Amino acid sequence: MSTICGGIFTSHVPGIGKAIAQNLQQDPYWKPFFDGFKPVHQWLAQEKPDVAVVFYNDHGLNFFLDKMPTFAIGAAAQYTHEDEGWGIAFERPFQGHPDLSWHIIEQVVASEFDPVTCQSMMVDHAVAVPFELCWPGDAPFTTKLVPIAINTVQHPLPSPKRCHDLGKAVGRAIESWSGPEKVVIFGTGGLSHQLEGERAGHINVDYDKFCLRNLAPDPEALLQHDTLDIVELAGSQGVEILNWIAARGALRGSVRELASNYHVPISNTAAATVLLQNSEKVLA
Amino acid sequence: MQTLSRQTTEGKRAIPGTLVFDGDAAQAGYALNAMCYSFNTLANRQAFAADEEGYMARFSLTEAQRDAVRQRDVLAMLAAGGNVYYLAKLAGIFGLNVQDLGALQTGMSVDAFKAALLEHAMTETRVANDGRLAA
Repeated sequence: MSTICGGIFTSHVPGIGKAIAQNLQQDPYWKPFFDGFKPVHQWLAQEKPDVAVVFYNDHGLNFFLDKMPTFAIGAAAQYTHEDEGWGIAFERPFQGHPDLSWHIIEQVVASEFDPVTCQSMMVDHAVAVPFELCWPGDAPFTTKLVPIAINTVQHPLPSPKRCHDLGKAVGRAIESWSGPEKVVIFGTGGLSHQLEGERAGHINVDYDKFCLRNLAPDPEALLQHDTLDIVELAGSQGVEILNWIAARGALRGSVRELASNYHVPISNTAAATVLLQNSEKVLA
Repeated sequence: MQTLSRQTTEGKRAIPGTLVFDGDAAQAGYALNAMCYSFNTLANRQAFAADEEGYMARFSLTEAQRDAVRQRDVLAMLAAGGNVYYLAKLAGIFGLNVQDLGALQTGMSVDAFKAALLEHAMTETRVANDGRLAA
């Protein structure tokens, strides 16, 4: 039986990718953010997960407005990051796990979700930056990827409850997979930020702290706001917290926070990194 | 926590300083966003830089969209249906990052925009007492 060992939640700002490309991890501006990954590296070195199931949003690399899926699940043997318009393309490819992808697809459709399925898919900075942060260097990634894209670009977006329920369905699907794989769940993006309009630069420390406080013990607290409430509170791109809400749904065991790092600002963003452990519930 | 905005009489939520990129915007902005999406390819970025008018014509931008691009007017691009995720690719051609975009949209200098972000500056770290996370 496969197990879900935990969750990694992190911002995915493109500037982080640029900082990695320029080796700025120790630069005073970047160091407080990159230092948040030390516990994550230690944990990953011990857990050695076989597969990462990543909830993220595409920003216009794989999907355009001609066909915009609310939920899309990758089922490719390999994924690549490509130039998104500013010339940075990370070279290390991501190995897929098509059999697990199709199992998840079968199970979530049985749970009455209707995702788009992608046998060919590019992944953008929202997958590539978290992988580069978690497994720095040049060695090939040994953790395989199952990407799950959530539309946070074109409204109407799925509701926070729907995203959370999708995460739960994905969690059940992984638990029912017969293989021996150890799985880590990722939720990427956020926290509060807004790139456009007269309110560009919007940051909401109170809302971010509310999310960070409740993510492990009471994720349903995050469902009290609807999608437009979150846009207002966290900013038009802060709505990427939907990816975190979905990822948290997949952690269905006993969940404990191992590490949390909140650092403002990175570029225009209130950045955060959270590591949660997921253990089987003990029936006392 | 703050009081949230309500629906307007037109049935849309009016969030201060924020354009919600909905179906109306997606339809109005389609040509502009399609052009920006093409900039994922270096050759297309170069073709635009070499002949902006010709490239905009190829994608059938509306006159308002063309004018907004000519003026480098980000708020006008948004008003014409531009989505910031796609516009960011155009901004890159002009050598503008998201902080430059923020400054242009808020009427601040780039330094003032960065200073406004730094007003929120903070770092808050928690690490559990767990043997696996020993320093």
